[in-house]
Amino acid sequence: MSYHASTYDVVVIGAGHAGCEAALAAARMGCQTLLLTLSLDTIAYMPCNPSIGGPAKGHVVRELDALGGEMGKNIDKTHIQMRMLNTGKGPAVYALRAQADKVLYQREMKKVLEEEPNLTLHQNMVEKLLIQDGVCKGVITRTGAEYHAETVVLTTGTYLRGKIIIGDLQYESGPNNQQPSVNLALHLQELGFNMVRFKTGTPPRINSRTIDTSKMEIQPGDEEPRAFSFETTEYITDQLPCWLTYTNEKTHQYIQDNLHRAPMYSGKIEGRGPRYCPSIEDKIVRFADKNRHQIFIEPEGRETLEMYVQGLSTSLPEDVQQDILRTIDGLEKAEMVRTGYAIEYDAIVPTQLWPSLETKLVPGLFTAGQINGTSGYEEAAAQGIMAGINAARKVQGKEPVILDRSEAYIGVLIDDLVTKGTNEPYRLLTSRAEYRLLLRHDNADLRLTDKGYDIGLIKEERYGRFVAKRDAIEKEIARLRKTKLTPNAEVQAQLAVLGTSEINNVMELANLIKRPELSYQDIMKLSPPPEKLSEEVMEQVEIQLKYEGYIQKSLQQVEKMKRMEEKRIPHWVDYTKVSGLSSESREKLQQVQPVSLGQASRISGVNPADISILMIYIEQGGRTA
Amino acid sequence: MENDTIAAIATAMGESSIAIIRVSGTDAVTLVDHIYQGKNKLSTVATHTVHYGHIIDPTTKEKIDEVLVTVMLAPRTFTRENVVEISCHGGLVAVEQTLGLLMSTGIRLAEPGEFTKRAFLNGRIDLSQAEAVIDLIRAKTDKAAKIAIRQSEGKLSHHIRALRSEIVETLAHLAVNVDYPEYDADVLTSQYVVDRCMSIKKDIDKLLRTAKQGKILREGIATAIIGRPNVGKSSLMNALTQENKAIVTDIPGTTRDVIEEYVNVRGIPLKLLDTAGIRETEDVVEQIGVKRSEEALQNADLVLLVLNHSEALQKEDMRLIEKSKAYPTIFVINKTDLPRQIDYEEIKKYIGDRPMISLSVKAEQGLTQLEETIKTMFFSGQVDMNDQTYVSNARHIRLLEQAKASIMEVMNGIELGVPLDMAEIDMKNAWQLLGEVIGEAVAEDLIDQIFSQFCLGK
Ligand SMILES: Cc1cc2nc3c(=O)[nH]c(=O)nc-3n(C[C@H](O)[C@H](O)[C@H](O)COP(=O)(O)OP(=O)(O)OC[C@H]3O[C@@H](n4cnc5c(N)ncnc54)[C@H](O)[C@@H]3O)c2cc1C
Ligand SMILES: Nc1nc2c(ncn2[C@@H]2O[C@H](COP(=O)(O)OP(=O)(O)O)[C@@H](O)[C@H]2O)c(=O)[nH]1
Repeated sequence: MSYHASTYDVVVIGAGHAGCEAALAAARMGCQTLLLTLSLDTIAYMPCNPSIGGPAKGHVVRELDALGGEMGKNIDKTHIQMRMLNTGKGPAVYALRAQADKVLYQREMKKVLEEEPNLTLHQNMVEKLLIQDGVCKGVITRTGAEYHAETVVLTTGTYLRGKIIIGDLQYESGPNNQQPSVNLALHLQELGFNMVRFKTGTPPRINSRTIDTSKMEIQPGDEEPRAFSFETTEYITDQLPCWLTYTNEKTHQYIQDNLHRAPMYSGKIEGRGPRYCPSIEDKIVRFADKNRHQIFIEPEGRETLEMYVQGLSTSLPEDVQQDILRTIDGLEKAEMVRTGYAIEYDAIVPTQLWPSLETKLVPGLFTAGQINGTSGYEEAAAQGIMAGINAARKVQGKEPVILDRSEAYIGVLIDDLVTKGTNEPYRLLTSRAEYRLLLRHDNADLRLTDKGYDIGLIKEERYGRFVAKRDAIEKEIARLRKTKLTPNAEVQAQLAVLGTSEINNVMELANLIKRPELSYQDIMKLSPPPEKLSEEVMEQVEIQLKYEGYIQKSLQQVEKMKRMEEKRIPHWVDYTKVSGLSSESREKLQQVQPVSLGQASRISGVNPADISILMIYIEQGGRTA
Repeated sequence: MENDTIAAIATAMGESSIAIIRVSGTDAVTLVDHIYQGKNKLSTVATHTVHYGHIIDPTTKEKIDEVLVTVMLAPRTFTRENVVEISCHGGLVAVEQTLGLLMSTGIRLAEPGEFTKRAFLNGRIDLSQAEAVIDLIRAKTDKAAKIAIRQSEGKLSHHIRALRSEIVETLAHLAVNVDYPEYDADVLTSQYVVDRCMSIKKDIDKLLRTAKQGKILREGIATAIIGRPNVGKSSLMNALTQENKAIVTDIPGTTRDVIEEYVNVRGIPLKLLDTAGIRETEDVVEQIGVKRSEEALQNADLVLLVLNHSEALQKEDMRLIEKSKAYPTIFVINKTDLPRQIDYEEIKKYIGDRPMISLSVKAEQGLTQLEETIKTMFFSGQVDMNDQTYVSNARHIRLLEQAKASIMEVMNGIELGVPLDMAEIDMKNAWQLLGEVIGEAVAEDLIDQIFSQFCLGK
């Protein structure tokens, strides 16, 4: 029996990283929003590594923040250490990473949700979607409550028909022994969604009292204060270190000897695992000539002695796991407090989604996060905010917001998913982005704050500060372009002091700064700006001028891409009626239903001739219509 | 719509070895000006006028060809865009070089059927013709694809694959340094990358040299010699190759059952495909022979169908004659030194006035006539060595040059102290350009490479 519980604008299912962002975005955009989740004690739970950020992923967190998301702020409040990675490399790949206090992260996020005025949080399991005339109109819970809504966002992560595997042991379960979502998974299949089975895994955890850190290398956080959010002003100074140790020949031998007990090699696992997070048994088989692998020992929080053993993800039997740990330097006496496991789950084939993350099959239903075949907290959060925004905009009768590949890693992520699909859990990498140089960590605000403001997630006050920053950057760049140095004795002497060669001709400061040995600080000494500039402004001026040549090159490529992107494919296009398409591309086009010729051209198997033919077909239809 | 400027060869080589290159797009006139020298700059002349001048290599100032150039300004043109037509006189090599120079000015090689597509999209061709335009694009694309496949089995592709895998290994290594900064892979040094670039550049230079001599890339008119077993196909092939010095080529035979030879018949490059590689007995072979012939037909630009003067026409002969209708064909009646059994009246009935030569390979009679006929057919445009062949040559050279430029950019950048991960952008570019030469440019390759080369993960 079900009963009508209540009516909302937007219902979000699942309070993981995707669901939290989706619900907050919708509520902050003025929609009455309900967030349903299995357990209020596992909100924004990190089932795997207690860390957020890193290359590409950290970029995403910055982008989320510029759009008005929560992840950056939340980790700024709850980390145990932060480090800027890749500082020896170019600015495009600087990347911030934080180790999280897991429990604190959850508590903070829960509080933020609870305090949000338009948001209702409720613990319950959704078993069905309410479908009327093929359109999603709400959800039905296990307890029989019917919640009606204009749009629904589904973010159930790795819970759909979840199955945990440890050696011979297998049981139905969500991550970390949470309840799995079985009925909902079956319901999605009944609705006609094409599902795939994916797999991922996690290492054992140990008690820090039982490890010997004197045999490991220390990995402290940066001394310099760091933050993800462009709004953070308070920094945590008291940081905890992580530790680095290695596997050795003994470890490898031990694993070799027990391989026959690994479910991966005995054929017990059907789900497809990601190449980029192989289990330790996988690493040892595939890279047999490597005689050691790194193991990072990371605290799970300040109020616990539990440590995460990064590098030792495994689904070997429990006794083997314990023994493996003991072969490692510093872990000889380690007590395992949680056993590592692999988990299999259902995911939706993401080419079934529009770029707005609304499903093509069921209008009104949006999906985001690991359910869409991705992996990672940041990837989930990124989709969450976009699905939340677009679900709210649909309620408000507005066009969806879609970020393109030159605007954000979020754009790359979603475009890849809905255009190419994925045959393994998808993880962002910097090499997936064609315009990496434009998608920098440092300029996420310049790229996206306008959008966040237009959407309504960036408040007036923050926007004002942002505009002032942008103006200051532009003004200073203009000044450096105008200010010229003349090659006279005084100038040459100044240049010598800065350790750079003389100039032969009149030279603009904007050009001088391109010399590798000079920084903005040096230029400032030659000609100080009229007003004092903030660190961020100086950083932007330096990067934008120093790498101008490369940035221009990327911008030209973007120009080309945009032209194809602007050519929309009208709704009346019927691929079965377009003569001359190869059958492979016809099938792919029909499946993906690209919104633009640009998107169409990125589908694998669709070649330039198909695009030409499509253009002619559209042109013809356009004239007759 | 798309108004970038494109170029393609518009007509096949004619008797006087004239070929016309057509250029279309907003900047057609100003871009051609970069490589044209005549009395007036083309950008100053009136529309629909013809001008005499030279194609000049702007970097070396070398004269490439003597040309007539027609300037036609939009909208009264085939594509409704600005159009320039260059009539080249210097034969294959000049056409190729001119195309190459055009591309170095930023002009893009037209996709198959693109002129017609533009004409259509710009409203020059009637709406009702859409189907025909689509058919044309499809047909041209399929033909180009066929050539691409042939080339992808060749030596050039082999070299390029090796080069690309060298680049992608370095790219993957750089990517790992970026994406997994804590992973214990060696951090690539600038010196290492520069060394790699030097070696890559050297390889590209070598390819460019061969490409420019036209050795590896030159194809030739694919000429299939077909006929029943024992009519004298192999003998004819041998005769043609002995008489005409075989062209030295680096392209290895691509089809196992078909023998290929490259010969130069009266200045025309022929790729002879002999299907008589197999000899067995009885009926089965008859069938196999015919089947092989049919396969060779599919790739042919020209067909030599051999019949036996000393035997009556047979069922298989008729079948092949029927098949040959779709191809420019010369009918060769061999073994005239033996008594005649074949009925010429009957043959005429089937082939009409298509060219027929009677000869004897054994007696060395009539071969000259055959060669004369091949030449005439070529210059009258009946045999059209697929444009795509020489176009693809010019295109390859252009891509190789661009790839080389990108590699030099990497080295320049590093010398200027640009961070490696930025210099890498140019390296990736080189990798993609080389991929275009052989029709592979999928970025997913890189990601595959990263995870197969390095052991990453949690
Ligand atoms: C064992 C394991 C290992 C992992 N390893 C990695 C890794 O190495 N690297 C990496 O990047 N990522 C890893 N991940 C993935 C990462 O944890 C997820 O990508 C991320 O948490 C997904 O976020 P999400 O919001 O999509 O889903 P989740 O965080 O899983 O949240 C799903 C939410 O939906 C709720 N829910 C489920 N079903 C229902 C229902 N029927 N009704 C109501 N609520 C429901 C759940 O309670 C939960 O709150 C791993 C995950 C697991 C489980
Ligand atoms: N009398 C005569 N015999 C020939 C002539 N050309 C080829 N032959 C012979 O015919 C036979 C078959 O020739 P071959 O070239 O192998 O035929 P294929 O099977 O079509 O390749 C051989 O014995 C040749 O020597 C010719 O012009 N006159």
